Amino acid sequence: MAHKAGMEVSMAVSEVVALTDTDVVAAYPITPQTHIVEHLAELVANGELDAEFIPVESEHSAMSACLGSAAAGARTFTATAGQGLELMHEVLYVASSMRLPIVMTVANRALSAPLSVWGDHSDVMAVRDTGWIQIFTENGQEVIDNVICAFRIAEDRRVLLPVMVHLDGFNLSHMIEPLLFPEHGEVKDFLPPNNYPLPLDPRRPVAMGDFGPPVIYTEAKWAQEVNLQKSYDVILEVWQKFADKFGRKYNPVETYHGDARTLLYITGSFSETAMTAVDSMRKAGQDIGLVRLRLWRPFPFKEFRKAVKDAELLITVDRAISFGGPPPIASEIKAAIYNEPKKPKVVSFVGGLGGRDIHVDGFETIVQRGIEIARKGSQNEYEIFGVRE
Amino acid sequence: MAELGVYVSRVAPKVETFLPGHRACIGCAEALALRLICKALGTNVIVANATGCMEIVSSQVPYTSWGVPWIHTLFENTAAVASGIEAARKAMERKGRIPASNTKIVAVGGDGATSDIGLQAISGAFERGHNMIYVCLDNEAYMNTGIQRSSATPFGASTTTSPPGKLSTGQFSWKKDMPAIAVAHKIPYVATACHSYPFDLMKKVKKALAVEGPSYLHVLSVCPTGWRCPPDLAVRVGRLAVETGVFPLYEVENGGYRMSVDFPALKPLTDYTKLQGRFRHLSEDMLAQIQARVTEEYQKLKEKAS
Repeated sequence: MAHKAGMEVSMAVSEVVALTDTDVVAAYPITPQTHIVEHLAELVANGELDAEFIPVESEHSAMSACLGSAAAGARTFTATAGQGLELMHEVLYVASSMRLPIVMTVANRALSAPLSVWGDHSDVMAVRDTGWIQIFTENGQEVIDNVICAFRIAEDRRVLLPVMVHLDGFNLSHMIEPLLFPEHGEVKDFLPPNNYPLPLDPRRPVAMGDFGPPVIYTEAKWAQEVNLQKSYDVILEVWQKFADKFGRKYNPVETYHGDARTLLYITGSFSETAMTAVDSMRKAGQDIGLVRLRLWRPFPFKEFRKAVKDAELLITVDRAISFGGPPPIASEIKAAIYNEPKKPKVVSFVGGLGGRDIHVDGFETIVQRGIEIARKGSQNEYEIFGVRE
Repeated sequence: MAELGVYVSRVAPKVETFLPGHRACIGCAEALALRLICKALGTNVIVANATGCMEIVSSQVPYTSWGVPWIHTLFENTAAVASGIEAARKAMERKGRIPASNTKIVAVGGDGATSDIGLQAISGAFERGHNMIYVCLDNEAYMNTGIQRSSATPFGASTTTSPPGKLSTGQFSWKKDMPAIAVAHKIPYVATACHSYPFDLMKKVKKALAVEGPSYLHVLSVCPTGWRCPPDLAVRVGRLAVETGVFPLYEVENGGYRMSVDFPALKPLTDYTKLQGRFRHLSEDMLAQIQARVTEEYQKLKEKAS
């Protein structure tokens, strides 16, 4: 039976990785660091996780060692954040293009300069197009549940793609929360052993990573895209099986009072604060609800369109700036509904950068301002919330 | 030893895992070096290959020249990829997921992948002590991309990014001493080798195979295209690199230096440089300067080995 414990979410991630019998952890404790790497090292050092811990000399090498490990057929995990994710950047594309099932947690952080170890989504947005399956989480329980699901999704023969589980830096990674931990046996039942189809093995030589001239490159990339799109059904299937076994159900798009005329969109852990704001605004008689993406890649077009089609106004809050362009998630949301016959107006905000909190009253202000902008019918591409000018 | 060379094809192991059909340039001695290395490695290996000449010529979808498991990912990360493979097999063997195999992981990179962009990953892998061989196939520039200088390009050599001109005499810096960097990691086995000394090369590969832990082989590989020498002279140029003391062959076993071949007197530097277009622009003065440096370095090495 599952047991309940209060634990820092970072350490809980390590505990859950240990439950999955991961074979190799290659990780670098870059600034900004989390306790995920430290606690995994501790679990390996104490013999509580029978794995090879590779204390690599950089994040670039962390992901590179993961490539080798996954290609050799081992269950492979790493964790990173902010700058570390950026240093991995080119290696991330290789992991997905070579169909290597690696699981990585990312404690989402702001990017330099100025140096900031605090949370926002600048790092995630920069790796949007790397071909990884990407899952956002709202609280510690979602993080650890989705780490378990991530291994099953990644290693499924129909998928064989790397998976990122995003948790907000500090707001999640450094919080102590009450969490339900499944037992080792339960995880073992849920997660079959990794059975990578063509591992590097002298008993059956394979060549991996040949170069692709123009005659094949488009086909290779299209095959990768089709494969990522198809992973969608497997993700839903894994979440369903997880719900059957553990009783907690995850969906690609989550809503809270989703039938409201005005919907607030927010990603990750801020949505808990936003829900409190929604509660208080509803109490004051406002018809407001919340929508958030759990699945970022592959983008859940159908579910998202369905979730917002009856709303009149969608107020989006991004935690990253796309300099000189629209806020990244807002722009995807707008693109997703552009051709729909019935769609809400979209008003966009950016806020919560580099560890700046948005409190309950902040979300209330954003919503009132959003409604005002929609009524007046004019807005710049977006407004930034809470900036001192 | 030089005389024995003519019997290589009869005496060398028959196993071929770097197979014919690849697209290396005519006279490519790097491909020759790799073929000899693969003969000595045998089949119980997994090769991680950095981006570069040997990766490009041996791998175009859907073809491969490799008869052993082979992986290429990026340019600068090969030592880290090899680390991951080694750790994965270690964990899986310990957990009984795959049978115990004693498989050696071999990372292969050019001089750019080794002494420039991949240096950090190599240093990390050596420091962590992975059971792997790192082979640097040193043709002294970025040949695959059009002969640009690397930190392994010798002083004075003309490349496309160290061209001689009114204000330049070619490569402005001295060749980075990559074997010494490997030795500084206190790994069990470091050796230099050259395809023109095939038995010496294969013996060193066998030694590296037997070592528990990291080993480093630095293999000078003549590139007729980039060195601007006749393709049929590649083996001779390699031999002259050794006979002139430009590229001495030696081993460092657990920190102890030993010369692999030694000569009562070194041949003059110009025997080596005059066969190569990349040194054609060098003045008498510059050649004398290089000669002095070669003699001095060779003496220092001999002292270490004595």
